[in-house]
Amino acid sequence: MTATTTPAAPGVGELAPAPRRPKGRFSAARTVRYAILLFSLVIVLIPVYVLLVTSFKGPGDATPTRAWALPQLWIADNWITAWDTLAPAIGRTLQMVIPASIISAFLGSMNGFVLSRWSFRGANVVFTLILFGMFIPYQAVMIPLNQIVLDIGLPNGVPTLILLHVIYGIPITTLIFRNYYESVPHELIEAARMDGAGMLRTYAWVVLPISIPSFVVVLIWQFTSAWNDFLFAVFFSTPNTGPVTVALNNLANGAQLQNYGVSMAGALFASLPTLLVYIILGKYFVGGLMSGSVKG
Amino acid sequence: MKTIKRWGPPVLLLTPSMILMAVFVYGLIVANFATSATDNHTAAQATGVQPTVFVGIGNYLDLLASDAFQHSLKNLLLYTVVFLVGTMVIGFMWAWLLERPMRGEGIFRSVYLFPMAVSFIASGVVWRWLLNSNEGEQALGLNRLFQMVGLDFLQNPWWNNITWGIAAIALPAIWQLSGYVMALFLAGFRGVPVELREAGRMDGASEWQVYRHVIFPQLSPVALSALIIIGHMSLKAFDLIMSISKPSNYQTKVPAVDMYVFKSSFDYANSAAVGAILLIIVAVLVIPYLIYTNRKEVSGR
Repeated sequence: MTATTTPAAPGVGELAPAPRRPKGRFSAARTVRYAILLFSLVIVLIPVYVLLVTSFKGPGDATPTRAWALPQLWIADNWITAWDTLAPAIGRTLQMVIPASIISAFLGSMNGFVLSRWSFRGANVVFTLILFGMFIPYQAVMIPLNQIVLDIGLPNGVPTLILLHVIYGIPITTLIFRNYYESVPHELIEAARMDGAGMLRTYAWVVLPISIPSFVVVLIWQFTSAWNDFLFAVFFSTPNTGPVTVALNNLANGAQLQNYGVSMAGALFASLPTLLVYIILGKYFVGGLMSGSVKG
Repeated sequence: MKTIKRWGPPVLLLTPSMILMAVFVYGLIVANFATSATDNHTAAQATGVQPTVFVGIGNYLDLLASDAFQHSLKNLLLYTVVFLVGTMVIGFMWAWLLERPMRGEGIFRSVYLFPMAVSFIASGVVWRWLLNSNEGEQALGLNRLFQMVGLDFLQNPWWNNITWGIAAIALPAIWQLSGYVMALFLAGFRGVPVELREAGRMDGASEWQVYRHVIFPQLSPVALSALIIIGHMSLKAFDLIMSISKPSNYQTKVPAVDMYVFKSSFDYANSAAVGAILLIIVAVLVIPYLIYTNRKEVSGR
């Protein structure tokens, strides 16, 4: 989404402080408010409870009658099995996500800089054309994309997925950087230009150092969306070459007898990196969400 | 020489991205339409062993006339309605309740938003258990929970219901995205100038009237953005269905799943046609909105 579509651009973390009001006394309205909020909290956390409880249950413990009960004996077997099954895929996901996010961020920052600060005739048209790539459903390019990947001869799995995340990340990363550079004081860049610095030098010495906040937002955004991606992964990899989403789906829906305990433990392993990012860098995480949720 | 200096560097920096977009977005969309207009329905044709023939919009007509694809479109509509209504109502309610400063605000916000950080595949693992269709003795998940709290009549087959099953898949989607809609609305609430509220109160308006006549109208652009974002996401529903149900399950199929199934059976023409139909639906939804926001931006300057 462009900044124009999310009118109140600041992320939750960086919201303006709520308007202060005189301290309310205890009231019925307030009690109702807390009651609804607490009830919602419990509902939202139900899947978390289910995941933890089920994943620690032994085979005899996971019967329907004890479905919602705590484990009689807390057992780590499921966790060990899940880790052994998913660890290689988690490794591959890291190999895929780290380069993909870094390359995307640099591409986005170069584009954003040129489009906002070194405008040339047609810059707006180019920007709109790039942005459109964010709105397309990837299903609409998947068949020829498959062909092109075959033609290039790139092996399925990590290399192909890096390429795809970089390419289809261009619109959103360009957008985030462009909006950021629009908000940077003109004078800074103009001054460098006056001093006779060429564009590349201005970019490297003036623009890059002030871009760190945007880099954080974009890196988190790309990291999360590539980590959680399933669509590209399922078309361009197998459980043995693909990222953790494909491996987890195979573990949970595979041919072998369904074992909820193992797949739930696996689901947590598969979610930990993005959850950690959310917990530690929540502010930037939300910032990215605000600017880019229509992608793909 | 001078023009080269002025044009050279920007073009140099932009060129890689422009070429990539030209090929991988625009080129491929055209190529996809081309494939969708052929009789490329077999593995031999898909791999180029046998030639394909141009059939125009034949595949589209066949798809739209088929019961199976109509079922997918109906499912998509139902899923979108449930997903949209659910996230908008819950997201708005949370934002409204959290709008005024209160103790524990941050905790509520963080918890409501956290599912967004999790992949649909991972949450699908848990939701498949929650939405297990067994009832009675063998019930798991929500059906078992209903029994435990004495609401047995609420037990139902969830996503295994032929007509309404897809609505059950919207539940985890609502769980994951309501917090996001809340975040959008919260930003909207906080964007309303304090003076406006004060002015309303000065005029003797009740708290409810201030909301009704001063604050809510200010939120309509946010509501529209949220609608578009969630609607856009909904049209591409795929991951959750793959994770909770199965691609081959009739009750939960939607176009994105059909696209995958056609591709897996080397029916590239129909796969491409379904992809193109999705693109057209998205375009119909998003393009008017983009024009609208663009116009507003221009007139706002």
